[in-house]
Amino acid sequence: MSPPDPYLLLDLGLAATILVLALAALRQRDSFTMAVVFILFGLLVALAWVRLDAPDVALAEAAIGAGVTGALLLRTLRHVGGERRDPAPVPRVVAGMLGLSVAGFATLGGLALMATPRHGTGLIPAVAARMDQSGVEHPVTAVLLNFRAYDTLLEVVVVLAAVMAVWAIDRTIDRAAAPLPYLPGVALRGPIAGAYLRLVLPALALIGAYLVWIGAYSPGGAFQGGAVLAAAGVLSALARGGRWPRTAATMPLLRGSLVLGVVVFTGVGIWAAVAGGGVLHYPPAQAKPLILLIEASVALSIAATLTALFLGHMPQPAARIALRKGTTNDT
Amino acid sequence: MTPETIYGATGIALFAIGLYHALVLPSALRRIVALNVASVGAGFVMVIAAWRPGGGADPVPHALVITGIVVLVAATAVALALVRALHDADTTETDDTP
Repeated sequence: MSPPDPYLLLDLGLAATILVLALAALRQRDSFTMAVVFILFGLLVALAWVRLDAPDVALAEAAIGAGVTGALLLRTLRHVGGERRDPAPVPRVVAGMLGLSVAGFATLGGLALMATPRHGTGLIPAVAARMDQSGVEHPVTAVLLNFRAYDTLLEVVVVLAAVMAVWAIDRTIDRAAAPLPYLPGVALRGPIAGAYLRLVLPALALIGAYLVWIGAYSPGGAFQGGAVLAAAGVLSALARGGRWPRTAATMPLLRGSLVLGVVVFTGVGIWAAVAGGGVLHYPPAQAKPLILLIEASVALSIAATLTALFLGHMPQPAARIALRKGTTNDT
Repeated sequence: MTPETIYGATGIALFAIGLYHALVLPSALRRIVALNVASVGAGFVMVIAAWRPGGGADPVPHALVITGIVVLVAATAVALALVRALHDADTTETDDTP
């Protein structure tokens, strides 16, 4: 029996706080407080995952699970102006029965977790044995971009599909009667906001690029770096009141950035097949530059995608901008 | 007591809390948040499964959880767009029938 871990007290406190915050977020009456508590919850979960030797997952949770999801929640609350309650809530008896079944299910899950053989080798030796062929030095990046590259390719396709779905949903709304999709009144304008943005935007660009680059050696990578770049995208969109830049180049540039990751990733995968290794089996000698190329394009795409998901509407097509500039002079 | 018992129990409790509230809460937005809490619980269980006492965690579950987080934010964004569209559709309807 090893001596007790001095960090156990921290673990207990952190676990309790996480549970309390989850309950507080869900049962909190005020919607804005709910969103803020949810962000706090995500950050503390990230802290727990650092403690559990999962710094990559923690970075993703802090940047995407807490940051981007929190921004999406606040943006939606701004649009709908508070939550709408369902006309017919779940009856108490039904809720009680659901509670009992969920509790039973959780008990079974706990028992299953305790019965699972622990501390086995898992896939650790399998990954370690092939690290020298992966082209990178960080095992999580090797798994994401090389050994299980199919998963990651399809993940990039999923987020692209999400943008298409969000745009399609937005287009079903009759804009003549419904509120505009922009965020008037939240514009980051004025001297203080300007000075803040001039400091923060370059820093975010630098941190995002650094996270993508460092992913080859240590925790970081395309998704975490892309999320930080998306924060820069969201901030600069907020400086325009939640609109896309109204230039004719916005739409083609945005479309290019959205599909860049999928195109480059698929292209490299097919090139690897032609080069003789099979789809997405990069030749070990070229693996490093290929993975870096994929990560850079995926990070740009993730940044564009998350910004588009936050804004939730398409930029105006070039034709309409030209028409408007010709006829009226609205700003 | 070890970190994995503590955080394993936290993960399962979070999943249960999220699932229960996703079933009973009266607001669509709140149910989306509840499902997010449930998936963080699932992530906890996988991070625990990857953890090893002396360090050197299994990277494969870590990669799967990262993929899960990104897919979850995409699904959440679509669900929230539906919440906004539902709200706008209701506003339009009320305007039609004063």
